[in-house]
Amino acid sequence: MMAAFSVARSSCGLINGLRTSFRSLAPVKHGAVAAAVPQTNLRRDCRWYSVSHLSVKERIDKKRTAALVGGGQKRIDAQHKRGKLTARERVELLLDPESFVESDMFVEHRCSDFGMEQDSNKFPGDSVVTGRGRINGRLVYVFSQDFTVFGGSLSGAHAQKICKIMDQAMTVGAPVIGLNDSGGARIQEGVESLAGYADIFLRNVLASGVVPQISLIMGPCAGGAVYSPALTDFTFMVKDTSYLFITGPDVVKSVTNEDVTQEELGGAKTHTTVSGVAHHAFENDVEALLNMREFFNFLPLSNQDPAPIRESHDPSDRLVPSLDTIVPFETTKAYDMLDIIQTIVDERDFFEIMPNYAKNIVVGFARMNGRTVGIVGNQPKVASGCLDINSSVKGARFVRFCDAFNIPIITFVDVPGFLPGTAQEYGGIIRHGAKLLYAFAEATVPKITVITRKAYGGAYDVMSSKHLRGDVNYAWPSAEVAVMGAKGAVQIIFRGKENQAEAEAEYVEKFANPFPAAVRGFVDDIIEPSTTRKKICRDLEVLASKKQVNPWKKHANIPL
Amino acid sequence: MCCAVHRNAQYSTVYNTSEKTFDKILIANRGEIACRVIKTCKKMGIKTVAVHSDVDSSAVHVKMADEAVCVGPAPTNKSYLNMDAIMDAIRATGAQAVHPGYGFLSENKEFAKRLAAEDVTFIGPDTHAIQAMGDKIESKLIAKAAQVNTIPGFDGVVKTAEEAVKIAQDIGYPVMIKASAGGGGKGMRISWNDEETREGFRFSSQEAASSFGDDRLLIEKYIDNPRHIEIQVLADKHGNALWLNERECSIQRRNQKVVEEAPSTFLDPTTRRAMGEQAVQLAKAVQYSSAGTVEFLVDSNRNFYFLEMNTRLQVEHPITECITGLDLVEQMIRVAKGYQLKHKQEDIPINGWAIESRVYAEDPYKSFGLPSIGRLSQYQEPINLSKVRVDSGIQEGSDISIYYDPMISKLVTYGATRAEALARMEDALDNYVIRGVTHNIPLLREIITHPRFISGDISTNFLPEVYPDGFKGHQLEADKRRELLASAAALYITTQLRSQKVLGSLRVPSSPIECNHWELCVELGEGHHSMEVTKSGNVYTVEVDGGKVEVSGQWNLASPLLPLTINGTDRMLQCLSRDASGRIVLQYLGTSFKLRVLSKLAAELNSYMPEKVPEDTSSILRSPMPGTVVAVSVKPGDTVAEGQEICVIEAMKMQNSLTAVRQAKVKNVHCKPGETVGEGDLLVELE
Repeated sequence: MMAAFSVARSSCGLINGLRTSFRSLAPVKHGAVAAAVPQTNLRRDCRWYSVSHLSVKERIDKKRTAALVGGGQKRIDAQHKRGKLTARERVELLLDPESFVESDMFVEHRCSDFGMEQDSNKFPGDSVVTGRGRINGRLVYVFSQDFTVFGGSLSGAHAQKICKIMDQAMTVGAPVIGLNDSGGARIQEGVESLAGYADIFLRNVLASGVVPQISLIMGPCAGGAVYSPALTDFTFMVKDTSYLFITGPDVVKSVTNEDVTQEELGGAKTHTTVSGVAHHAFENDVEALLNMREFFNFLPLSNQDPAPIRESHDPSDRLVPSLDTIVPFETTKAYDMLDIIQTIVDERDFFEIMPNYAKNIVVGFARMNGRTVGIVGNQPKVASGCLDINSSVKGARFVRFCDAFNIPIITFVDVPGFLPGTAQEYGGIIRHGAKLLYAFAEATVPKITVITRKAYGGAYDVMSSKHLRGDVNYAWPSAEVAVMGAKGAVQIIFRGKENQAEAEAEYVEKFANPFPAAVRGFVDDIIEPSTTRKKICRDLEVLASKKQVNPWKKHANIPL
Repeated sequence: MCCAVHRNAQYSTVYNTSEKTFDKILIANRGEIACRVIKTCKKMGIKTVAVHSDVDSSAVHVKMADEAVCVGPAPTNKSYLNMDAIMDAIRATGAQAVHPGYGFLSENKEFAKRLAAEDVTFIGPDTHAIQAMGDKIESKLIAKAAQVNTIPGFDGVVKTAEEAVKIAQDIGYPVMIKASAGGGGKGMRISWNDEETREGFRFSSQEAASSFGDDRLLIEKYIDNPRHIEIQVLADKHGNALWLNERECSIQRRNQKVVEEAPSTFLDPTTRRAMGEQAVQLAKAVQYSSAGTVEFLVDSNRNFYFLEMNTRLQVEHPITECITGLDLVEQMIRVAKGYQLKHKQEDIPINGWAIESRVYAEDPYKSFGLPSIGRLSQYQEPINLSKVRVDSGIQEGSDISIYYDPMISKLVTYGATRAEALARMEDALDNYVIRGVTHNIPLLREIITHPRFISGDISTNFLPEVYPDGFKGHQLEADKRRELLASAAALYITTQLRSQKVLGSLRVPSSPIECNHWELCVELGEGHHSMEVTKSGNVYTVEVDGGKVEVSGQWNLASPLLPLTINGTDRMLQCLSRDASGRIVLQYLGTSFKLRVLSKLAAELNSYMPEKVPEDTSSILRSPMPGTVVAVSVKPGDTVAEGQEICVIEAMKMQNSLTAVRQAKVKNVHCKPGETVGEGDLLVELE
């Protein structure tokens, strides 16, 4: 947590400016982290009397007005200048008009050190806006950190406000959306601030799998603070204005002598393409919030609610003739799994999660006949759609989210196997690959699987196979369920045999088709690709009442 | 699919299946023309054989044919032009005749000879006619001898101005004078009278002597505002020949036809007859049999001059079929079998008017059309409309590849009058759903609704004259802009309202706060338009830019088509895309417009958002994965189109094609086939 301060220093001009004030000992009007002029008890008393001539009503109004402007116009302007919206503007745009019900507008921080008890250092509501509201009529709890107040730094009061709405969200069963924009811990409060983080972390963990939690990083989020978004279900970022890192560039430089910019270290691009920490990045605040509304529509309110069904204009029995020719004849030729997904789901509307990370697997939300479904698909276009460490972890986390929140999973399989090589083995593909296997196996939501082409080896088992309790498993005529590709198999089975080509042809004839799996009942049917949508919609209707329970346990032990 | 609509009797022909022609025909072509031929064969009870390259193995023509043979890899010289493979296919399938379609081997006398040698019938003219008409100089001489008008001219030394005047008078004004040695239009002078001829003579002869050291002058008839009008002829092997009226093909870009019609607005019956008779004379002069086309240039005084003869079925033959009721492919097959023509010249009618738009996968905003490629992610032909014929060889999911002609289809509409046919064309273009490739429908729709085109005032210079600065799409007038803005706003609200219709949760308030008044801001190009929208039932009333627009419709959000009634007028819009942040792309009046609809609040807040300059990573291509380079399809200096394959990397026994993200020139190639590359390795640099 200590790291947070140095991060904050490097990430926001606000606090840089304050270093000057330390030296000059001049009082700071707004958002001061520390004003060093000692206060007397007398002056504090005066302050109390000086406002006492106001009626309570007037004081309420005054506080409310003050809360609405956060750190004041100057800081609001500065926020805008950075291309960022204020905490309140964000909430207003995120929620349905006039639906926001704010709580704790009068909460103030309780720090009395470093001159923080000064009137000028108290802001009604402190550095976070919290409350509940509606997105398209559906309940949601929101907190929005206010960078204009002490750089959005987290005080005990700030944390308490967040905890309060999280507790309420858990009580009623509604998602929590966090809009993060904070320089880090409130240094003046010391351990109280650390306690605050921990209180939030605990709630993040307890709420995990109970209500969906989504983080939208809209400014700095550094030090220990990053673990709150990391514990939530989805982390979205805003390009160019948001950063996530444990330690900022200054500390990195002093510890490892590495030169790195904030953007390279923890910008949206880094986390959506390299680290896989964030699930999506948006161009700016407005886009991010509007997309958050769209994304929210896919989610159930809690683990007690079914996946939502939105009115659909797309006929559930629509045939998709183009799918009959989408898989190329040559088994080595790639095609785009997204083409298949988009034509099958309602209105070609697919909200892809982590579109730029581990692209050899595609995951995201869509609707089938209005009902939210989670889609998992191997992507033959990228690295042949193989499973590797990153794609396994990406897939596993998504599958577990869907399972936790009653969202049926539809899996499109075209997988040549796990990626071989030292990089993968040393990186632990065995335990990471196991995560995806584990996730599919433990999932009790409706599971529908379509094998479009290759389903080779262990990867076949992993990809929501019949053996892992797949409810409906289809194969397209182009499907090949086999231990491996023909060439490799022939080299083993017919080692030393002269006519390898003939042997290969024999193997292809025997195994490079859906029959070996179909005759054993490992696929339920071989279907015309054009009928896939129709069949899945019909199956989902039936599976809506699926009930399956895993054996009782304290909790499972996924190979982390 | 290229289904002509059967309920609109397009051919008056009654197919006489008892008249025996061939049992099996091989179609040595692909795409729409192969489908077109197969369709007639089916009606005539003839079995068909398709040939195809390996990338075309699931193409429509392959599915339509009774048999299909792969004749090689994608490049045409290895497949559709591969005579050996096609001859093998003929032998293997036992086809008795070959229809060559157009292009490829259709005018290849070598191919015709090889067929004849194996006693396979070539459905087209004799080798002799193909050869005679294939040579530009020879064909002109034959035409002249057959008393067909050719462009009169004189090429030689002219001594005096008076001699030049005399030559000009003999040719007839206007004439074009230039130095023979000067290439192209260089130093070309147009003269409309004797005085200008004298002047032109002086300049040109001086120039000829000084610039080229060659005294010879060329004086030739100048064709002002030339039109390209062609006559369809049909001849049998018994010396009978007919002319099936004309096709007006003046709308061209880079000498390629874009919009054709039959008949021409320009020809009077006398000229038509004269042209037709000369075309027949020419056909007879070369003992032509089968269908052919005689192309003429026609000047503003309806003087016509022979250009060339195409000894094959033309792309634009459907419009002739529409107005004459003949099935030209059927006639070709009959003639090839040796039957006499059934029709006499007086049997050939002009019934109504037909227009053909060539729908191409190309970007009309670049030089009126540069090819684009891609996968047709959505594709819907407007064949539900009456009197619309679509000849195509592709379907949803097909790839438009770099190997072949980027034509998507030929969209033909017809009607009793030209106005009727044009109105149908407008409708058909608006109802045509093409997604996944850039297409030229914006240009086609602008052409057919342009006042000059409607009045028939066209020439081969139409496009450069009408769009001197290049084609820019439909230019919206104020009222049309309001309609577009209102439509976008109404669509936006529809999607917003639909988002509230969530079932399956008891915890949604039973009736979300009913809202029927919105304040929105719509961005279109540089403009920001504030508007107020009210809704009652399915009707949105939009106040924008000082006007009021009423928009109503069915609002099916799954359909690519968006049929709306705007201020009482039915309009077919298309929603090309829409996203969560209010971006909507609408096709309106043929052109696609990018709009952004935001609530008033979002628009206000959006003003704080910084403009971002997109980072340009399109000029370098890195390997997305470790693998082996299998093929490099470009070399430095090549120009690649957007989506064109640059190289192929094999990894995990899979070939991954890497493509250009934009059109560019190749600067450097850093890999070669067989090389192993790591992830992120620089492969190719573009300029």
